[in-house]
Amino acid sequence: MTTHIFAYIEHHEGLADDSSLELVNAARKIDPQAQVTALVFGSGDSLDPLCQEAAKTYTEVWKVDKQELAYPNAEIIRGLLINLLPKDGICLVPHDTFGMDLAPGLSIKLNSSFVADVVDIEGADGDTLKTVRQEFGGQVSTHVNCNIAQGAVLTVRTGSFPADESKSASGRVTDKSDAAESVEARRTFQEVLEAEMGEVDISKEDILVSVGRGIGEEENIEIAQELAEAMGGVVSCSRPIVDAKWMEKSRQVGTSGQTVKPKVYLALGISGSFQHMGGVKGNPFIVAVNTNPKAPIFQAAEVGIVEDLTDFIPELTEKIKEL
Amino acid sequence: MEILVCIKRVPDTAENEIEINSAGNDIERDDLVYSVNEWDNYAVEEAIQLRDKVGGSVTVITVGDEESEEVLRREMAMGADKGILLTDEAFENSDGRGVAAILKAAIDQGRYDLILTGAQADEGAAQTGGMLAAMLEYPYASLVNEIEVLDDKTLKIGREIEGGKQEVSSIGLPCVLSIQTGINEPRYVGIRGIRKVASVDIPELGLSELGLSADQVGEAGSRVKRVDYFVPETGEGAEILEGDTEEVAAKLIEMLKARGGIK
Ligand SMILES: Cc1cc2nc3c(=O)[nH]c(=O)nc-3n(C[C@H](O)[C@H](O)[C@H](O)COP(=O)(O)OP(=O)(O)OC[C@H]3O[C@@H](n4cnc5c(N)ncnc54)[C@H](O)[C@@H]3O)c2cc1C
Ligand SMILES: Nc1ncnc2c1ncn2[C@@H]1O[C@H](COP(=O)(O)O)[C@@H](O)[C@H]1O
Repeated sequence: MTTHIFAYIEHHEGLADDSSLELVNAARKIDPQAQVTALVFGSGDSLDPLCQEAAKTYTEVWKVDKQELAYPNAEIIRGLLINLLPKDGICLVPHDTFGMDLAPGLSIKLNSSFVADVVDIEGADGDTLKTVRQEFGGQVSTHVNCNIAQGAVLTVRTGSFPADESKSASGRVTDKSDAAESVEARRTFQEVLEAEMGEVDISKEDILVSVGRGIGEEENIEIAQELAEAMGGVVSCSRPIVDAKWMEKSRQVGTSGQTVKPKVYLALGISGSFQHMGGVKGNPFIVAVNTNPKAPIFQAAEVGIVEDLTDFIPELTEKIKEL
Repeated sequence: MEILVCIKRVPDTAENEIEINSAGNDIERDDLVYSVNEWDNYAVEEAIQLRDKVGGSVTVITVGDEESEEVLRREMAMGADKGILLTDEAFENSDGRGVAAILKAAIDQGRYDLILTGAQADEGAAQTGGMLAAMLEYPYASLVNEIEVLDDKTLKIGREIEGGKQEVSSIGLPCVLSIQTGINEPRYVGIRGIRKVASVDIPELGLSELGLSADQVGEAGSRVKRVDYFVPETGEGAEILEGDTEEVAAKLIEMLKARGGIK
């Protein structure tokens, strides 16, 4: 029996998300022979070009065109998927703010298994799907076995499966709008509010000195500011620093903050969670200063210093000033 | 408004280096410092603020072992009115669906208008709230970073989405919301506060009290099972600079100069 795998295609303003090219490869790791169907949900004129684009990667595309899909409200989409998907299929969704909203409840409604934030797949053995995930902010990895006898929903970490850029599928597009029966949602979308702009635009800076929870106290941010000044860069930060109101939201690097493309990125007391690193693009020279030699940031960094940042950074700043 | 907040006792990653035990089947648990899951503090603070505004009560609930009582007390010291501990040997090694089923069974015995969870916990699954909502047939929203009570049937909520944008919706009560960090500033809890609630009775409910059967929960009910913990064989990783602080700083400066890191 071939597995029927579905890939939910996220799109914004008429453009498919990068994950649309990655989910197909996650599917192939589950079963190289699998029939993989792209699910393209939306409304209006932009939908057909999106389906055509998806058909270059997926052999089959299911299009669902409904007015209520003008904005991707997970409550509505979950209802449509429950009416559309076969009970024993495997549904792949990106592990992002949409996937987290949609997927866990979908698995319950389909009475199928759920594995969140899958970073690798080692294949299926009978009814057992072998997946890899991480725990404790990426400090340890785990093998997780998932029973797929009654189907499964998986959220897949963006960037974990290399994108299929071959675009050689020439797939068939099928309109499933009628098959996906509408449901009433008790959550009603109103509007999207844009992020506030700060005084500095960290996305345009070449040198970023970024501080995380390891900075310990608000007063210590000055240490990073002095270093940034000496280097000719600016200070950015991880999320806990913003949550603590020590810095403005506009300085936050990561999936829920800014995407930055510096030449040099100093990560001071930052563990290196995927949500933080998801905002660091353009392959910069990354230097990590962290007291924990096993912190995941040392996998992303080119150069590491295992020291207390409050000792090391002032010394570094002094030496740079002497130049 | 009757509010229930689901909380979890987890190893504090800010206080511990997480290491794998020699058998590879668990993390090294000796000497670990535990605390309440970071996200749950924000959920409890939000519940307390809502109660103080519109009236009602806040109950904190957890599925865990006897030691999980300490996190219930901590959140009661913050200002939650009641605590409920769901504990039973049969609950051990439940998967996400199992934990949600246990919570649902307890929720069915009460009457709550609003159920809050954290956005995610130590395993980074971000699954419990969404599963629970689906089991209860309640509407759900994840990553909520703003709540406004419109009337006794409706909330206006903000969800944090990519790039720091906020998605604004209305949602009908009863509902389940998962709370994102930064929604508020959780109040500080001192030793004194914890002492005040030290003798408050916290009811414990197990399998039979909740009317669950052993095959729904625990290892037996799990379709998703962690096989082991491991450290992945990754690429080279960072070049760690060795030497005393001065030497390391000097080496780093040379590298930074070469890479345009000093203007
Ligand atoms: C939906 C969602 C979106 C998110 N978006 C973002 C985002 O956009 N950006 C973001 O950053 N996070 C984001 N997060 C949070 C993310 O999951 C992590 O919790 C966060 O990145 C951790 O920040 P941190 O590395 O500063 O803190 P921690 O993970 O606590 O790491 C602190 C580090 O400091 C080290 N340290 C401690 N003391 C010292 C010292 N004296 N000297 C040197 N090192 C020290 C520790 O060893 C540790 O590695 C998001 C989470 C969710 C659920
Ligand atoms: N054992 C548990 N007991 C009570 N609540 C839990 C438990 N596990 C998870 N939760 C809730 O679900 C949220 C998300 O956790 P998770 O789905 O495990 O990532 C947590 O912040 C808690 O609110």
